[in-house]
This record gives sequence, structure tokens and C-alpha cells, in this order.
Amino acid sequence: MVHTRTSVTAALAFLVPALLSGCQSTQNSGKDSEQATQKVSIDTNPYPSTYTPVKGQPTVITNVTVIDGVGNKIDNGMVYFAEGKIQAVGEDITYPNDARVIDGKGKWVTPGIIDNHSHLGVYPSPAIGSLSDGNEMTKPVTPGVWAEHSVWPQDAGFARALAGGVTTLQILPGSANLFGGRSVVLKNVPSRTMQDMKFPEAPYGMKMACGENPKRVYGKKGGPMTRMGNVRGYRQAWSDAQDYMRKWEKYESEMESGKKATPPKRDLDLETMAGVLNGDILVHMHCYRADEMVTMMDMMQEFDYQISSFHHAVEAYKIADKLEQNNVCASMWADWWGFKMEAYDGIRENIPMVDKAGACAIVHSDSDIGIQRLNQEAAKAWSDGKRAGIDISMADAWVWLTANPAKSLGIFDKTGSLESGKNADLVLWTGNPFSTYTKAEKVYIDGGQVFDLNDPRMQPQSDFEVGQAAQGENQ
Amino acid sequence: MRKLLIAAAIASAGMANSALAQNIAITGAKIYTQTEQGIVENGTLLIRDGAIESISTDSNVPDGYREYDASGKVVTPGLVGAMTSLGLVEVESWAGVVDASVGDASVSHSGAAFDVSYAINPDSTVLDVSRIEGVTSAATTISYTDYLFQGQGSVISLGEDAAIIKPRAFTVLDVGGNGAEHSGGSRAALWVTLEKLFDEAGGLSEVPGLDTVWEGLNTRADIEALQRILSGDMPLVMEAERKSDILQILAFKKRHPEVKIILMDAAEAWRVADQLAEAGIPVIMNPEMNLPDSFEAIGASIENAARLAKAGVKVAVGMETHNIRLATQHAGNAVANGLSHEEGIASLTSNPASILGVSDRVGSLAAGKQADVVIWSGDPLEVTEYAEQVFIKGEPIDMDTRQTELRDRYQNFYGQNGKTSQYVQP
Repeated sequence: MVHTRTSVTAALAFLVPALLSGCQSTQNSGKDSEQATQKVSIDTNPYPSTYTPVKGQPTVITNVTVIDGVGNKIDNGMVYFAEGKIQAVGEDITYPNDARVIDGKGKWVTPGIIDNHSHLGVYPSPAIGSLSDGNEMTKPVTPGVWAEHSVWPQDAGFARALAGGVTTLQILPGSANLFGGRSVVLKNVPSRTMQDMKFPEAPYGMKMACGENPKRVYGKKGGPMTRMGNVRGYRQAWSDAQDYMRKWEKYESEMESGKKATPPKRDLDLETMAGVLNGDILVHMHCYRADEMVTMMDMMQEFDYQISSFHHAVEAYKIADKLEQNNVCASMWADWWGFKMEAYDGIRENIPMVDKAGACAIVHSDSDIGIQRLNQEAAKAWSDGKRAGIDISMADAWVWLTANPAKSLGIFDKTGSLESGKNADLVLWTGNPFSTYTKAEKVYIDGGQVFDLNDPRMQPQSDFEVGQAAQGENQ
Repeated sequence: MRKLLIAAAIASAGMANSALAQNIAITGAKIYTQTEQGIVENGTLLIRDGAIESISTDSNVPDGYREYDASGKVVTPGLVGAMTSLGLVEVESWAGVVDASVGDASVSHSGAAFDVSYAINPDSTVLDVSRIEGVTSAATTISYTDYLFQGQGSVISLGEDAAIIKPRAFTVLDVGGNGAEHSGGSRAALWVTLEKLFDEAGGLSEVPGLDTVWEGLNTRADIEALQRILSGDMPLVMEAERKSDILQILAFKKRHPEVKIILMDAAEAWRVADQLAEAGIPVIMNPEMNLPDSFEAIGASIENAARLAKAGVKVAVGMETHNIRLATQHAGNAVANGLSHEEGIASLTSNPASILGVSDRVGSLAAGKQADVVIWSGDPLEVTEYAEQVFIKGEPIDMDTRQTELRDRYQNFYGQNGKTSQYVQP
């Protein structure tokens, strides 16, 4: 369902202007407006990406089984990439003589895996209180916190995920709060700073959480202590955000009519929510129960925004048709279940059943161990679906790992498939990635090689692991 | 339909112990016997009266045996969950009593006395969900206490009655950082406490009677459990990650050579693999644990299982409860990282059975053993393969669970989509 923005939200697009553009233009526009009108304007991108791609060389992988991430499989195919982009994919393509040629016989190539639910960096290894920075559990509504300000790039989990073929990942705040804060999308490149990993021009996300967690955390601390209390909390905050936007609209129109106007006090919580109402920030919502997800989609209609994806969505199979109708993705585990009441109805066929209904199905990890083998999670779900009579090809199942998560993050125009012009984010696997025994052999991000199974120099090690008495991975 | 299924299940359960129990022949399979017989290609497995009768390459099925054609498929012993809380927990978080967790209990000072054999619930849906995927028996125990010891665990069957194969089969004790938290916050206190507790229990010829005054470190209930550990009657599962803690365990073994020690978790065990092999200490582990999760696991390695097995350490895999069915994936990833495939299968079957002291009954396919058998669609360690039929004590189990019924309910609902939003008769 396509949402039409209200006139209020359209008029207030300046609040998060040009979020998708680079930092430079945003900063310039801010300065320009101050000089022209003395109007207070907000820099919406104060911590811009400083990512630069790893240097690559024109490369062609030949004789390889290609899964392109949008549903196609080529049994004896070729992939050519150069200048950071996929140049051509097919059975017989032309490429320059000076391109590096990799014989992919017996191997498979896929787009790099995208995990849209990770807490790497904010809940890093070691998992100790000193480094636990993922949940601002001080009050139930904290959309003003940004996960990127907690990310510790030295989390060894990033490199382990890279060894599993993960090239892009969304780092989310935790799920204690109704509004948990902003997420950030990172490229999985070993870097000194979060900003060096930040995916250029990726929209921000906002984490929300349903159900049991907010109840449990706040039930005896002033609430909410019930699901109805949760919903009141969301609705009050959305109303406050609308009110906040109207204040800025008033200020804007007064300035435009030449009046001397006082700008509203900035409210970082409501600013993030206004970004959602503008359509510039994508909602990622932790929800397990089917009935609750439907309530959330009603609320989405009430306040006129779009939920990008439900996360965990253990009961998505019960409302797959409604997810499809509302254009909301479901991000799911293959088989986790039962650890809490809202996970009790978990079934192994959740992902394929959502896919079959035509809804956007995503395999996610929410785990520093699971993120290392998302290919196996998709393989299990694919196999479970097949047993239940849901005929999905491996090529279509791979969509759960790349194209669909890319769509949920608003970056599918840049990555998530092996199509000409897309970023050259790809993985060469030792064999069929639907096998337990297959590993990522080479991983490329923007055409630069960032991991090699057979070359220890190409297996990143975090600062934390350097010089320790025991080094588990790189003996 | 549901009523019919229940009736059938009752009928088959009723037959299990009668002379009418089915005799079963499984033919044509690649059979992992987990005995000296090794892997039998194109084998025939005969089950009689709930026990394994024979394994051979004779394809002739005797009269009176129900045949399962498993040509091209794989047969293994039922998987033995190495360390779980099956039967003790339905939903772990915030959902009523969880018998896998003990808070304040005055009967014990150290936690040694607690006994889960009283707590098993055969109707737990977690058992059904696990058994249709090949897990037929498991060690089950308390996963959290406010005490030093985690009480006495049992080995149970995952059959419908969740029969206890061995009560008070082992005791779990964390000697790493978490254990130290319950002993003043330091290993310096933890080990002295342990030695004093064992010294006291070992110094008594019998548990003090109710007619004597007893003001010892241990409660009367604890003494009995500790004495069984000291005599080697009940293995002691010691949890530790870091090398120095494992060295302390090895030193403890030298001080108390009669105690049967099992190491658990053991992220850095590969660093002392030879010493563990020499001391005959097996390891229960999650081979996928490869992150420096704490300062105790800095050396965590994806090759931990492979290196331990290569050194001659017996390795068991499978340390979950709701997800114990994923043990095959865990073992498969150990194989992907250097463990031999044979050891991978053993880590799920014969190794845990032997470590837990129940290998006389389960964990391998040999004449006379309990007929816990799984027919797999293919290599059990492949994530895309699955258990097609599971037998427990010689009975083919009902392969439906609450989860498969939920799946069918909603598949049927979508099949009628557009007609109704209710599912009175989905």
C-alpha cells in the first residue's frame, strides 16, 4: 500500500532534508539558509560517512555457479566487476584482457549477505558490562539515541561475520524500549571508526519494540506494564512528533513571510520520529506476535508512516497475507523458538510461508554467532519449506539474504544483487552455500577484496585480539 | 482427525511393552553403528521387542517384520543431547515456574543436593519438537542456581513417557568466573570452598543421622551427593573456559583421581588438549563458539573441537534446550572446520552416551541396545537434510508436533483464503 503524505509532513520535509545525499550538500544548504535568512536550520547529517572503498582491480570469475540475488541461477556463469561495480553477469560475457581471472570451477558466487539485524559493536565481544552499549534502558521512549554513537569498531564479531560472507549490516539498538533509537547501516570493512564503515547514503533506521520486552523492563518502573500501555506510549509519542513538526512548520512559514520568529527548541527524540513521518527514516520493529503486528500496522495507518520491517516476526506465517498487503517485510530466524512466550508458536516453515504469500521475507541473525552462517539459516528454511510442499528455488531463497534485506534498509539501488551497475559486494563460496561444509572463500566489498579463506593476511583481526596470550583464530 | 491420532498413539503406546511390539526391519541404509562394526553400507537393521536385534548386510527381511525401505538414506543411533534442560522448562523467560532454575532453597548450602529427577514433565512440547528431529535421549539439568553446584542431573529418554534412563547421573559445577561469583567473587575463595566441602564430605563415613548434631559446611542432603562424586559413582561436569581454570581442573583431578570429571564449555581447551587426553577428561562443547566472549575465552577458536579430537579427547556436541535439534548443525560446522565426519557423528551419539555413563543402553546400534534409531534423508550433518522417521525403544514415533500442526493449520487457512478471516475449521 502506498502512503500519501499529509500536507503537514510534506511541508516539513526540511527537518530531514537531503538525508540521502552526501554530507557536503547538506552542510552547504545549512550555511546557505543561515546566510540568506538567518533562519535556524538543522544539520541532519552531523556524523557523515567517511567510508572509502578498498582498492580493487578489474576481476572476472569464470566457470562458476552464479546466484544473482534476484532469483536467477546460472550454472556455468561469469561475473565481471571493475571500478567498484558489477559490470556484467551471464553465461558468456566480454571483459578486458587485463582483468584478473579467477577460475570458479566447482564454486558458487552470490551477492554479499546483508544482515539487517545485528548488534555487533554495540553488544561486542567481550560481552562485559564495560562494553554493553546497546540498550538505553532508562526510559521507554528514547528515539533520540543513535546506535552509531555506541558502535565499537574493534568488536571481533565484525571480522567473523565477514568470514561468513556478510558485507553489509544494520546495527540496531536493543529492544527494551518502545522507541529504542536510530540504527546505522555499515559496510563490513575493518576500520578504526564507525564513520569509516558507514554505508554512504544509506537512510537511517529507527528501532521500535513490541510486546514482552518493554512490559518486562518497565512494568515495575512506571510503565508501560501491558501491551495496551505500550500502544499508548507509541501513540502519545507519535502525536508529540506531529505537534513538534507543526511548531517547525509554523516557524518556517513565519520566517518565510518575513516575521521575526523564534525557532522551536530542538528535541532529539522527536526529531528522529519526525524523520520517520517524513519518510526519510525507516522503521524496524521488533515484534513477534501476529495479532500485535496487525495492531502496529493499524498504528502505521493512523499516523501515516511506513514500517519497513518487523524483526523476529516469529508468527509472521499467521498474517503473511496482511504483511503483503501492507508492504511490510518480515525479518526472521530459521528456527529459533520458545525462549519466551511470544516465541512459543515458532515453526520451521515461517520464512518460506511468508515468501509464498508474496510478502518480503528476510533471514536475519540478531546474533554474533548466527551472523557468521546466515547462508545455513536460509538453507534450513529453504529445505523446511520444500518438505512442506513450498517449492522455492535456491536462487529465490537467496533473495531472503540480499535483495530483501537491502530493500528493507533502503539500499537496494546500490547493493543486494549481482546486476550491472550495482556495488561489487560479492562472495565466492567454496561450493554450494546451502551446504554446512561450504565456506566463504573470497569476499569483496565495492570490488575490493576484504577476506580470503586461504590467506591469513586477508583475515582481519581486531585491536582487542592483538597481542593476547591466546589468539583463537589466527594462530 | 486429531482424536483418531490420539487414539492411535495410545494404542501404540499400550503395545510398547507387550508381546505385540512391532518387529522392524530397516533396509538398504548406510548405517552408522557407532560400534566396532563401523559404518555398514546397504545394511539391514533388525529391531525386536524394542531392542536392536542385529545389523548386517543380509537384505532378506525375516517374516513378521515391518519393513522400512531406507535405500540411499542414512541411519544413526538416536542423538543423545549432551547437556540440556529438556523436560524442565517449557518457556524460559517470564512464564511461570522453570524447574531449570533454583533460587533460595534451604535444603542445600552449595546446591549439590538438588535433583531434577523429580521435576521432569513428559508433556513438555520441547520434547516432541526435539524428538521428531532425531534427539531420542538427553542429559537434563538445572541451568541456573544461586549456588555453587547446579544439582544432580538425569539422563532421560525422549519417548512419550520421558522415562529416566539414569537419575542423579551427574552434577554440574562452574569453576570459571560465574562460579567464582557464588564464592565471594574470586577463584581464590572458590577452590578453597570446594576442597573444604569435599574434604568434609569425604571425611565422613556416612551422612550424619538426624539424632546427631550437625553444623558442618555441607547440609546432610549435600553430603550424600558429594560422596557419590568422590567415589566416582557420579561424574562431575566442570564448566570452565580459560586455560588457567582448565589447568586447575587437571590439578583437581590429580588430587582426586577417583572423581570422574567432564569438562564443559571449554573455549580454550585446545590449548591444553594433550593434557586433557592424558587425564582422560572428555569435553562437552559448542564448537561454533569462536568469539572472545569474555576475558576467559580470549582464545576461542572455531577449530577447538577438531584440535581436541585430534589430541585424543572425546568430544560431545549439543548444549541447548529449545534448540537441541540444532546439534547436528553445530557438529556439521565442527566438521567443516577440521573435525572428522566420523567424530562429528560420534559427538552426537556414542560420545555423549559414554560420557554420561549410559552407553550400555543408548548412543550406538548393537544387539541388545535400546532401539533408538533415526532414518535420515541424507547426511545428518547437512543443514538441508532431516530426520524422516525416528524410533524410540523400537517404536516409530508420531512425527507430528504442535509446530507441524500449527504449520498445517495455517497452510490450510491460506488454501481457503478469501473466503473467511476466521478459522473455525481451518
